[in-house]
Amino acid sequence: MSTLAVDGLEVRHGAVRAVRGLSFEVAPREIVGLIGPNGAGKSSTLHAIMGAAPVVGGDVTLGGRSLVGRRTEDIARAGVALVPEGRRIFAELTVEENLRLGLAGRRSKEGDAFERVYTLFPIVREFRKRNAGALSGGQQQQLAIARGLVAEPDVLLLDEPSLGLAPRIVDVVFEALAAIRDSGLAVLLVEQRAQRTVALADRTYVIANGELRLTLGPDDADDTDRLVAAYLA
Amino acid sequence: MMLAVLNIDWQTLADALALGGVYALMAVGIGLVFGVLRLVNFAYGQLIMAGAYALAFASQWDLPRWLGILFCFGVVLALSVAMDLLVFRPLRTQSPAVMLVATFAVAFLLQSIALLAFGPLGKIASSLAPLNRPVTISGVDIRKIAIVAVVVAVVCLLLLQLLLTRTAVGLQMRAASMDFGTARLLGVRANRVIGGAVLVSGALAAVVAVMLTVQNPLVTPDFALRDTIVVLAGVVLGGLNRPIPATLGGFSIGFASGLLGGALPTNQSQYLPTFLFAAVIVVLLVRPNGLFTRRQSAERV
Repeated sequence: MSTLAVDGLEVRHGAVRAVRGLSFEVAPREIVGLIGPNGAGKSSTLHAIMGAAPVVGGDVTLGGRSLVGRRTEDIARAGVALVPEGRRIFAELTVEENLRLGLAGRRSKEGDAFERVYTLFPIVREFRKRNAGALSGGQQQQLAIARGLVAEPDVLLLDEPSLGLAPRIVDVVFEALAAIRDSGLAVLLVEQRAQRTVALADRTYVIANGELRLTLGPDDADDTDRLVAAYLA
Repeated sequence: MMLAVLNIDWQTLADALALGGVYALMAVGIGLVFGVLRLVNFAYGQLIMAGAYALAFASQWDLPRWLGILFCFGVVLALSVAMDLLVFRPLRTQSPAVMLVATFAVAFLLQSIALLAFGPLGKIASSLAPLNRPVTISGVDIRKIAIVAVVVAVVCLLLLQLLLTRTAVGLQMRAASMDFGTARLLGVRANRVIGGAVLVSGALAAVVAVMLTVQNPLVTPDFALRDTIVVLAGVVLGGLNRPIPATLGGFSIGFASGLLGGALPTNQSQYLPTFLFAAVIVVLLVRPNGLFTRRQSAERV
């Protein structure tokens, strides 16, 4: 398992500087939260890590090796999995076929990659023969995370996994994230649900205008809204 | 009764089925590449033309039949890969319009090369001609090639179906044609998937080259050009980015074309393409997404 390090990252979309000199690390067995208002640069940071947004400065390294300039699929195969915003599951394929696609990024060819994710998300096993498009939003989110995990990555990136989910399902997803951390992965969680993220994560960075503004620990969870409001005012 | 009214005999029906099968293969070949590249390859007919010239030269050199067919596959596959490396790959990030115009250019370039190198009169590919002879099945004469074409088309489509549903690269091709960005996020290699689709598409072009050369042994620079245009209409008719609708579209237009071509008197059959395209326009006005596609299911929140 390796550490993901973002060092002085600069991302530019045309004239817009989406991320400005952002630095942080996510170590194995650790959840790092990334919160902030819309357009703060959270998704841009994730896309830059995956090689899907233009990095104009700084570096992204995994276990000391730079990921900048590499193709998206090669970054995935190097051990970074992104669970994208909106889940982006293949609705016309079965649940199992969606999982099999996740194997494309898997480095080891030994053992059963599905067994672990089936234990984590029993619903995915239960519906494995169904069309993924027939699943509910919450089930699709679990499938999207499971699909990222079958690649057995070192680092799991999640872009707003709780978006549009009922509170009960958010509990399921967040409990799964804790279990994923405990299994040794480095988890980077971009979220809108600030308070829950701060409570779950080992550290949560508040970003605005592409810059790091504030670092919060689990003890700050109850004060999240007040602290964030004070710093972003 | 309909058949009797239109004056269609069993031979015409068999030929129409065969043409439908060949056009279905072309439609799938075009559809596979469209799926992964969002590119309508107008130069697909020139791949078939190149394969037909390969067969013509093989006949001229008196190569054994199997070697001629192998040569045809080699030429078409090499040309497919060259097209991918030299044209598609450098232009992959350009707009669909740029890529479309580029394939027009490639099509005319290859046709001009054939014209300059082999002349306008054409060459004869005679080695497979015996397949044109009829066999008698319960009193009905049917050309062997019609049976061969139908069987080959069915076998190719079944093999393709197995490839797409049972292998990792096939699954990746299907996923890439639905959402390439997400497929790459999962570690699906773009070059491998596109290369795979181009190769399979090229292999189908080679099969089609063999079938068409048997039926029409005179190989000219515009060989398969008219067929390609008709098939493109069929692919659009069926629905472009799914293999099964594309297949059905190609088959339908080939079958209709063969049936009408056989049924109409010669002085009327020259208007056949006009009628076909009129039918395509009407269908697209009524069903813009194609004849054989289901309506897209609503996006889930």
